[in-house]
Amino acid sequence: MPITIEMPKLSDTMTEGTLVKWIKRVGDTVAVGDILAEVETDKATMEMEAFDEGVLSEIYVKDGEKVQIGQKLALLLGKGEVPGSSMPSGTGARPAAEIAPAVVKQPPSNGEPKAPDAKGAPEQPKKEDQAIPPEPVEPQIADRVKASPLARKLAADSGVDLSRMQGSGPGGRIVRADVEAAAQAAKKSPAAAAAARPPAAPALEDKRIPLSGMRKTIASRLLESKTTIPHFYLQLEINAEPLANLRKEINDAAEAAGIGKITVNDFILKATAVAATRVPLANAAFEGESIIQYANVQLACAVAVEEGLVTPVIRAAQKKSLSQISAEIKDLATRARSKKLKPEEYQGGTITVSNLGGYGVEQFFAIVNPPQAVIVSAGAIVKKPVVNEAGQIVAGQRFVIGISCDHRVVDGAVGAHFLGELKKLLESPALMLI
Amino acid sequence: MKYDLVVIGGGPAGYVGAIRAAQLGKKVACVEKERAGGTCLNWGCIPTKSLLRNAELYLLLQKRAADFGFIFEHLSYDWAKIISRSRGVADRLAGGVEFLFKKNKVDYLRGEATIVSPGKVTYQTKEAKEEAVEASNILIATGAVSRDLPGLSTDGKRVLNSHDAMIIQERPKSLVIIGAGAIGIEFAYFFNAFGSAVTVVEMLPNALPVEDTEISVTLEKALAKQGIKILTNTKVVKAEAGEKGVRISVEGKKSETIEGDCVLVAIGVAPLLPNGVQPKLAKGFIDVNDRYETSIRGVFAAGDVIGPPWLAHVASWEAIQAVESIFTSHQPKRVKIFPGCTYCQPQVASVGLTERAAKEQGLKFKVGKFPFSANGKALAIGEPEGYVKLIIGEPHGEILGAHIIGPEATELIAELGLAMNLEATFEEIEATIHAHPTLSEAVHEATGAAFGLAIHI
Repeated sequence: MPITIEMPKLSDTMTEGTLVKWIKRVGDTVAVGDILAEVETDKATMEMEAFDEGVLSEIYVKDGEKVQIGQKLALLLGKGEVPGSSMPSGTGARPAAEIAPAVVKQPPSNGEPKAPDAKGAPEQPKKEDQAIPPEPVEPQIADRVKASPLARKLAADSGVDLSRMQGSGPGGRIVRADVEAAAQAAKKSPAAAAAARPPAAPALEDKRIPLSGMRKTIASRLLESKTTIPHFYLQLEINAEPLANLRKEINDAAEAAGIGKITVNDFILKATAVAATRVPLANAAFEGESIIQYANVQLACAVAVEEGLVTPVIRAAQKKSLSQISAEIKDLATRARSKKLKPEEYQGGTITVSNLGGYGVEQFFAIVNPPQAVIVSAGAIVKKPVVNEAGQIVAGQRFVIGISCDHRVVDGAVGAHFLGELKKLLESPALMLI
Repeated sequence: MKYDLVVIGGGPAGYVGAIRAAQLGKKVACVEKERAGGTCLNWGCIPTKSLLRNAELYLLLQKRAADFGFIFEHLSYDWAKIISRSRGVADRLAGGVEFLFKKNKVDYLRGEATIVSPGKVTYQTKEAKEEAVEASNILIATGAVSRDLPGLSTDGKRVLNSHDAMIIQERPKSLVIIGAGAIGIEFAYFFNAFGSAVTVVEMLPNALPVEDTEISVTLEKALAKQGIKILTNTKVVKAEAGEKGVRISVEGKKSETIEGDCVLVAIGVAPLLPNGVQPKLAKGFIDVNDRYETSIRGVFAAGDVIGPPWLAHVASWEAIQAVESIFTSHQPKRVKIFPGCTYCQPQVASVGLTERAAKEQGLKFKVGKFPFSANGKALAIGEPEGYVKLIIGEPHGEILGAHIIGPEATELIAELGLAMNLEATFEEIEATIHAHPTLSEAVHEATGAAFGLAIHI
C-alpha cells in the first residue's frame, strides 16, 4: 500500500508548518527513523522522521512552502509497488489501464516481464519502466495548483499568479476569496500602481511580510492576554550594588576556575524562583472555576529570536542552584535562537521573566503570558544619584523590577508582597546562594 | 465524572456533535430529555417523509392508475396504519442513534438538563433524581419548538402544531393551515391527498416565501390543481376554536371567515433554551461568535437554538464545526451554502441565491432553465411537471443559485450544492457526462440552456 506522508501536528498551537527543506529526494530509499525533511512550526524547526520504510515516490510540496496540518507532503511506496499515474514525465505513453496501480500485479523484480494474465492485463510498458525501485530521477515537484474553476477564471482575468498563492479552501485549495484578496492587495500595493502609471522617480516600497507561524501565535496569544486578562502593574527600584559586587566576586572565581560566568539575568531568574515559592499565589493560573496554585516553579524566560520570541522553561526552578539555572538558560536560549527547541521545552511555564536590561531599557511592563498570572520585567542597571542612609546624595547603581499581574488571581497586596520578596533577594543576593 | 464535552440535546446537532467529539478521542456525554434523534427523527423530517410517501402513492393510484394501466375497484386506506408506519420509522431511527452512541462510547444520559455554571450540568432523571456531571466544554443543542399563534394555543385536537398533525387519530374533513412554509405546504399536500379540504393562509406574497418567486408561483398552480386553496398576501385577523371546529377570519384580497375541523399552525419556531445559566440572546435565539461560543466561556451552541435556517442538515454541520473548533485547530465556518427542500409533489429544492436576491445584490447573471417535459426519464416515469432553473453569474459562469421543482428535486439538488461548494462554473457541469436517461440530465441541459447550448429545447 502506498503511504501518504502528511504534515504532522508538532505542537499544541500549530495549525500549519513550513516545509523548510527536503532531506530525502524522490527515488531515495527510506528506512524507519530516517529524517525526511525539516519542518518549521510556529515555535521551532524540527526534523520530520519516517515512520514507515519504502521508496520516496512523489513530493507534493516544494522547499519553503507553507502547509496545513494533515495536508499531503509526499508519497512513500513499499518494495515492489509501482508509482501511480503521476509518474515522472517522459512516460506519458503508459497504457491507461495502469492508472490503478494497486490492481496491476507486477512481475518479480528480475526485470523479465512475464506474459500478461489472461484477463486482458495491461500492455506491458517498456522494460526500463519495470525497474524496481524506480530509477532515481530528478526530484519531481508537483506543479499542480489546487484551485477552484472559478478561482482560475478570476485569476486569469485579474492577472493573479496562482502558483505562488496559499489557498484557504479545503485541503489548501485556492478559492474565489483568495484570488479576490490577492487582486485587491495587488491593486493597493505600490508595485502594481507603479506598473499602471508611467515610471516616476524610484519610490521606496513598502514591504509586505507574510506572518510566520510564530508571529501568528504571538499575535493571537498576546491579544487574548491583553484583552481578556485584567492587568495591573507594580514596580520597585532595586539597589544593584550588592548584586554587582557578589557577581564580580563569583565571576572572578569562575574565571580562574574556567567555568561559566553568571549574568545579572541569572540572578533575577533565581530570585524569581525563590520569591515564587515564598509567595505561592504568584505562581498560579486562573482556570475559570478555580485558581490553580502550582507545586513547582516552571520558570519561563523570554528569549528574543529572529522571528519573534519564545519562552523556554526551566523545570522545577525552585530546586535548582544559581549555576544550574545559569547553565540551563544558556543552553535553552542558544537552542531557541537556532529553532531547535522541542515543544515540551517551551510549554507549561508557570511564571515568566522578561529582561530588556541588555538593550538599556530602564523600565517597562510586559504583557502577562497566559495562563500564567505574573510576569516579571527587569530593566537595565544604571548609575544615578541616590540618597544614602546618612542623607547625602551619592552615586549609586539601581535597576527597576516591575511585575504585571492577572488581577483575577493576584491582588495588589499579594503582588506587592511578591515584589518585596524579589527586592529582598536581589538586594541581599547571598540569600539566594544558601 | 468529568467530561471533555457535555452535549445538551440529542437531535441532529447534539448527537452528531457528540459522536464527532467521541471520534476525536474525547470523553463525551449527551443529555436528552425525550428521545435521541430530536425533532428531526422523532417529530419532523423523518416521520413526515413517511406520511408523504403514503400521500404520493395514494394520489398516484387514485388519480392516475388508469394512465399506467392499473384498474382498481374500491381503493381505500387504513389511517391508523399510515400513522403507525410513520411512527415505526421514527422508532427505528431513534434506536439507531442510541446504537451509535454506544458504538462511539458516548454516555447517553436521560433527563432534563440544567447548566448550573460553566463546567457543570445537572439533569433530572425520570425518577426525579438529580444527577450532576462536570464538563470542560458544554454544547447547547436543544433545538426549537413550534410557535403558537398569539391568542390561539394548541390543544392537539382543534388547534394543532406539526407534532399533533403527524399523529392525528382521525383525518379532519377540512383543515386550515396558517403559514405556507415547507411545513405548512407538506401537510397541505398530505391531508389534501387523502381528501381533506385544505386552505392555506400565508401573509407573504407567495407560498414557500424563501424560494425563488417563479418556483413558488409554479408550485401554487400545481397545488391549486390538486385542489388545495392557497390564500397569499393574507393575514389572520381572528382565530377561534370551539367544540365543533375552528373559525379563522382572514384579510387579504377579500375578507372572509374560513371554517374547518382543525387549524394547523405552522408559522415558525421558537428556541428551546436550556435551564440554568442563560447565555445572551440575539433576535430571540442564542447568540454565538464565529467559534459557536456563547456569551459564557466554555459554553457553545449549534443548531436550531442559534437561529435560522432551521434545518437538520445545517444543525449537524454547525455542530461539527463547533466541536472541531473546540478540540482541533479547525477554523470553524458559519453556514453559507445550504440546500432547502420541500417534499410535496412536485418537490421543491434549492441552494444559493434566488433570482430576486441576485437582482437585489446587483449581480450580473444569466438564467438557464430546462423543463422536465423535455426530459426522457421524467416522461417515462410519468412526472413531466416542473423544471430546473439555474442562476449563473457573469462573466465567469459560477453557479449563484439553483432551483428545482419537479420529480426528485430534493435528490437532484446535491449536484448543485457540490458545484457551488467547489466553485465549479457552468462549464464544469456542462463538461460532465450525465447518465441517460436520468432526471439529472435536466440539470446538465439547464446549464447549457443559459448559453443557448441545450440540445433538447
